[in-house]
Amino acid sequence: MIDLITTKYTYLVVVALLAIGAYVMIESDNFVKKIIGLNVFQTGIFVFFISAAFRTSGKSPVVQSGGGGGPFVSPLPHVLILTAIVVGVSLTAVALGLVVRVYESYGTVNEDTLEEVLAND
Amino acid sequence: MTDALVPLLVAVPLLGALFVVAAGLVSERGPPAVTALVLVAQTALAGWIGSRALLTGELSNAVGGFVAPYGIELVVDGLSAVVVVLVAVVSLAVLVYTVHDDPGGTAFYTEYLLLVTGLTGMSVTGDVFNLYVFLEISGLATYALVASAGTGRSAVSALKYLLFGTVAASLYLLGVGYALVATGTLNMADLSVKLAQVGYDSPLVLASFGFVVVGLATKTALFPLHTWQPDAYNDSPDSVSALISALVSTVAAYALLRIVYTVYTPAFFEAVPVARDALVLFACVSIVVGSILAVAQSEVKRMLAYSSVSQYGLVVVGLAIGTRAAVFGAIVHLVGHAIMKGGLFVAAGTVDDLTGATTVEGYAGLADRFPVLGGASAVLMLAMVGVPPAVGFAGKWYIALGAVRAGVWPVAVVIFASTLLTLAYFAILVERMFVAPASPSVRAATDGGAERLGGAATPPRRLLVLVVGAAVVAVALGFAVTGLETALEPTLDTLLS
Repeated sequence: MIDLITTKYTYLVVVALLAIGAYVMIESDNFVKKIIGLNVFQTGIFVFFISAAFRTSGKSPVVQSGGGGGPFVSPLPHVLILTAIVVGVSLTAVALGLVVRVYESYGTVNEDTLEEVLAND
Repeated sequence: MTDALVPLLVAVPLLGALFVVAAGLVSERGPPAVTALVLVAQTALAGWIGSRALLTGELSNAVGGFVAPYGIELVVDGLSAVVVVLVAVVSLAVLVYTVHDDPGGTAFYTEYLLLVTGLTGMSVTGDVFNLYVFLEISGLATYALVASAGTGRSAVSALKYLLFGTVAASLYLLGVGYALVATGTLNMADLSVKLAQVGYDSPLVLASFGFVVVGLATKTALFPLHTWQPDAYNDSPDSVSALISALVSTVAAYALLRIVYTVYTPAFFEAVPVARDALVLFACVSIVVGSILAVAQSEVKRMLAYSSVSQYGLVVVGLAIGTRAAVFGAIVHLVGHAIMKGGLFVAAGTVDDLTGATTVEGYAGLADRFPVLGGASAVLMLAMVGVPPAVGFAGKWYIALGAVRAGVWPVAVVIFASTLLTLAYFAILVERMFVAPASPSVRAATDGGAERLGGAATPPRRLLVLVVGAAVVAVALGFAVTGLETALEPTLDTLLS
């Protein structure tokens, strides 16, 4: 158990982030908070990729002329996550734009209130 | 075989989207014209590449000269050829309706082409991470298109769709992460070899399969992961609901088929039979519950949306059974459903424009007033039920045949029951249209009330062409199925080996 915490603690962070993100998305009535939960959830996945790429005493993956000098940290997941972060930022922007539209139309960002307003519509 | 034209399939609509922005600066009529031009080019290109892929076998291209498994590979085989052509043709056809309906300006047409880019990219990519990126591109474009109705309700639906869709795509990404940790590769062909070496019963592989399937099943809208879908279809502009109902979930289901057979391969199902059983059960529940929910609806667009939940269940059950006939049936039903559902949404939108009728009751007496529109919709509905010789029959027939041959009788019973339920909800609509006396809204359209309401007295000719065209294609495809089977034979051999 102690071993797990000391050597694989990044994976525990992943689990914590995924759980917190999912909990906030499900439990919160506020759409803005839901979007924050979504971001936390996605961050959990990003950390998962990064920690999978990590090698203890691994160097940054810049090969010297003449080669050699390993072990290196795998560059591939970093590149993937850079892309995924960009995707996540775009999604957050669109989501917040939609929240603004919802607020302009109904004057609320609360899901329960919104359901009531829509039901009476 | 390497082919330099394959990347153009993605590049043409992507660059076209930029030209739309430029055209929007010049004149107001620019964006639709440029979009039409780009989609015509895209259809021609898809037809050319697709026919070559079907005739000469798989075409591939290593993007940027980085050879797989290190670089991203674009692959067109028989199956992706069918989907690419479907995406190009349907988006061009729906554009006819969109231009008529005219919901938006530059932004709308840019999103339209970006959606085509994302869907085409999903169909041709040979890389699981690249699939995630295209999944999100098409997702982002869809959310924006749903919200383009401009009402508060459509913004709420788009926001819910976004939350669901993003979680789905994130779960898919997590599944890709597990596969990457297990194998160190992202190329689909390479993964299929390395996953087998790792061992199919490895927890990493099982977890990656679970996450990928749940993610894509949410995008496909299987019960109980469908809750975003009826609102999104119902509250978006009519032309957008026609487009996304025909294409978005279809391509997600295609991606599921691709991942299951190219990445995990049938050997995975043999090694882990519980994965197949779970998928079959999941799909069967979706078929039955989707149909029952559709019967319970009073609004036509919502009914069509729930009907999709059940029809995609059929597709997934076909791909999960995994015999040759069942997988072929799944492909046929995927294509057939896109055409029939797209046509029905165009018809529903046209009726709404003409009479303001959106409910089943409102459709009463419609066929007396608009015989061609009513007739063509009835043909599409009966095709969806599975009346021979339409394509809806062919798809269900092959899936049921595959189920019986694989010895899973309960699935054949479920398919039969779902056919009856499909008949139940479409029969009500057909009965309303042809037998019942005219409803107030239809009467208003007859005595000129619709003009006062701002609608036209007769359906515009090009929309009639679109709906009748969909009905003709739905029936004609039923006859073309044997030809398609021969053309897809090499692809199915590779997929199922």
